[in-house]
Amino acid sequence: MKTRLDFRDLVDESIAGLLARPARAVLTVLGTVLGIAALVATLGVSKTAGNQIVARFDVLSATEVIVRPADSFAGQNTSTLPWDAQTRIERLNGVVAAGTLTDIDVKGALVRSVPVNDTLGITEFQIAVKSASPGLLEAVRGVLGQGRSFDNGHSQRADRVAVLGRGAAERLNINRVDQQPAIFIGNRLFVVVGILDDVAREPDLLDSIVLPDGTARAIYRTEAPASVHIDTKVGAAKLISSQAAIALDPNDPSRLSVSAPTEPKRVKEGVEQDVNSLFLILGAVSLLVGAIGIANVTLVSVMERTGEIGLRRALGAARRHIAAQFLAESTVMGLIGGVVGSSIGVLLVVAVSASREWTPVLDGWIPLGAPFLGAVVGLVAGLYPALRAASLQPVEALRSGT
Amino acid sequence: MREKVPMTEKVPMTERPVTADARPVIELAGVTKSFPSTPPVHALRGIDLTIRRQESVAVVGPSGSGKSTLLNVLGCLDRQSTGTYHLAGMDTAEVSDGGLAALRAALIGFVFQSFHLLSHRSVVENVMLAELYGAHGVPIDGDDRSDSPSLASGERRPSLTIPKTDRSRKARRERAEQALARVGLSHRRDFTPTRLSGGERQRVAIARAIVHRPQVLFADEPTGNLDSRNTVEILRLFDDLRADGLTVVTITHDLEVARQFDRRVHMRDGELFADDGTRLGTTPPELIAVGTGVLE
Repeated sequence: MKTRLDFRDLVDESIAGLLARPARAVLTVLGTVLGIAALVATLGVSKTAGNQIVARFDVLSATEVIVRPADSFAGQNTSTLPWDAQTRIERLNGVVAAGTLTDIDVKGALVRSVPVNDTLGITEFQIAVKSASPGLLEAVRGVLGQGRSFDNGHSQRADRVAVLGRGAAERLNINRVDQQPAIFIGNRLFVVVGILDDVAREPDLLDSIVLPDGTARAIYRTEAPASVHIDTKVGAAKLISSQAAIALDPNDPSRLSVSAPTEPKRVKEGVEQDVNSLFLILGAVSLLVGAIGIANVTLVSVMERTGEIGLRRALGAARRHIAAQFLAESTVMGLIGGVVGSSIGVLLVVAVSASREWTPVLDGWIPLGAPFLGAVVGLVAGLYPALRAASLQPVEALRSGT
Repeated sequence: MREKVPMTEKVPMTERPVTADARPVIELAGVTKSFPSTPPVHALRGIDLTIRRQESVAVVGPSGSGKSTLLNVLGCLDRQSTGTYHLAGMDTAEVSDGGLAALRAALIGFVFQSFHLLSHRSVVENVMLAELYGAHGVPIDGDDRSDSPSLASGERRPSLTIPKTDRSRKARRERAEQALARVGLSHRRDFTPTRLSGGERQRVAIARAIVHRPQVLFADEPTGNLDSRNTVEILRLFDDLRADGLTVVTITHDLEVARQFDRRVHMRDGELFADDGTRLGTTPPELIAVGTGVLE
C-alpha cells in the first residue's frame, strides 16, 4: 500500500517549482554555467592550441628527410656520401629541394672582417664554417635578407665566396653586401655574397659561415659531404626516405642512415597537458562554487516551501516523493547550467579560434558530457536539502507554512 | 454567485437522517497523544469516537483543547501514542508511513483555514495536485463488508484495491474540471489563486479535496478566514458533498458554524466532554458556553 509519482509528473512539478521563482533559478544556475563553460572552454582551447602547434610542427617535419652516413662500425669509416648528392636526390619525384651540408674543420682559424678599425674591441671571432651545395638553402627553407646565394658556378670554380648567417653577420659587423665586403677565415679571404635572414631548419646555419662545396673541397680538402638535407612535397617524405639511400649509395644503401619524420604525438600531448591543468583546476573550483550555490538556494527553497511540502504530504506524497522533487529541481538546475555552460564554452572555443585563425578542435564527448556533469553536480548539491525536506513532519510543515 | 444568506438563518440541511446502522468510517478507541517535553504534553487523553458514513461532525473546543491534534490523527497526518484508530476499517497502527500517505491520497480530503494553494499554479493545476500522488493497494470500505465471512470470525477484512482510475493527465484534468464545476468555479480554472477572493480560494481548496473522491473530508477552521456570506456558501457546499456520500469532519470554534453540522463533539483538555450525537437542531447554549469557553 503506497503512493506513486509518475516520472513525467515529477519532471513537470520540478520545472513548475523552478518557474515559480525564475529570477532566482537563473541566478542559481549561473555558478554551474560558469564552471561548465570554463571546463569546456579550457578543454577546447587547449586541444585547439595543441593541435595548432602540432599542425605547424607537422608541415615542417613531415617534409624533411636527412641522410647521413650510418654510424661507423668495426672501426670502418662508412662515409660514402657523394659530392653530387644534390643532383642525384633532385631527380627523385617528390623532392622540392636538396642540398649537402658539411662542417669544415678550419683548424681553429679565427674569422674577422676587413677593414680592422677597432683596435681595442674584439675583431676576431670563432665562427662555425660549413660548406653546402647550392640547393641547401632552399632545402632548409632559408630566406636571404641581403644579396644572393652561391650557385653551381661558384662551386665548380671554387670561388672564394661565402653566405653569412644573420648571427654571424652581426658579429662581423656586416649588414650590407652591395659593396662586396670581405672576411678572413684565418688568413684566407672570402667575399660575402649574401646574408641569410632566417631558416626553418638547421638553425645553426644562422650563426655560421657557409661556403660552396667546391670551394671547401679545394681549400680545406673536405673528403665528403656530412649530410644531405631534403625538402619533400607533403606526403612524399616516406617515399623519399626509402629511395634516398639507394640513390646515394646504390651498392650498399644500408651504410646510410635516413631520418624520416616521426609522429609528433608526444609533443601534442605535452602541450595539451601544460595548458589544461591550470584551467581545469579553475573550472573545477567554479563548478564547486556552483554546486554550493545550488545547495544553498535549494535549502532556502525547502525552508520557504515548508507549507507546500506539508500540503503535498497531506495529499499523499511519501517522503521519497518530496525528496525526489527537490532532487529533481536541483538536478534540472544543474542540467540547465550544464547545457548553457557547455554552449558558452563551445562558443568561447570558436571565438578564440576565430580570433587566432585556428581551426577549433573539441572532443565530441565534451559538449555531450558537460550537461551530464552539470546534472550530476545539481543532483549531489540537492542531496542534503532534499533529505531535509523529506524529514519534515507533515503536521509541522502544514502548521509553519501557508 | 449565490444569493446572500444571512447567518441567522439556518442553512436547510439535506434530508438524510443519519442512521445508527450506517457503517463507521472512523473508529477511535482509547486514543491518546502525548508530546515529549518537560513536562510531557498530553494533547489527547483517551478519545473514544465513532463517526459513521455521511455524518457531518463539528469538533468544537477552545484553543489548546486538542481538537487540532485530534484532526491530525484522524487525517493520518500524525499517529496516536496509544489506543486504536480504524479508518474505513483499516487499523492505522499496522500501516507504514508510506501506507499512511496512501490512505491520505485515497481516502481523505483536506481543507485548511489558510487554503494552502500554490500561488504560482493555475486553479485547475492546484486541483490536479490531489491526484498527483496516485495511491495503489489501498483497501477500501467495500459494500460487501457486512457480508464478509472473515469479518464475522474477527479476522481482518479482505483488502479491496481501489478501482483503477485513469491516471493520464487528460483524465486528471477532466476530473479536476468536474470538481471545479462542482464548486461552481469552472470560469476561474485558468486563474492563479492570487486573483481569487477568499471564498473562491476555499472553494478551489474544496475542489482539490474532493477531486479524488475521498471518503472523508477533514476541514480545519475552513471558514476562519472568510466573511459570513462566503461562510454560508462553504457550509452549504459541505452539506451538498455530504449528501453525495462524503463524511465531513471539521474543527471550528465558531458556534454559528458548528450549529450547521449534524453533530457537535466538544473537547476540553484533550478529552471529549460532550457529544450531542446525531441530534439536529440547536445545541443547548450552556453546552456551547462550556465547550467553547465563551458564554453566550
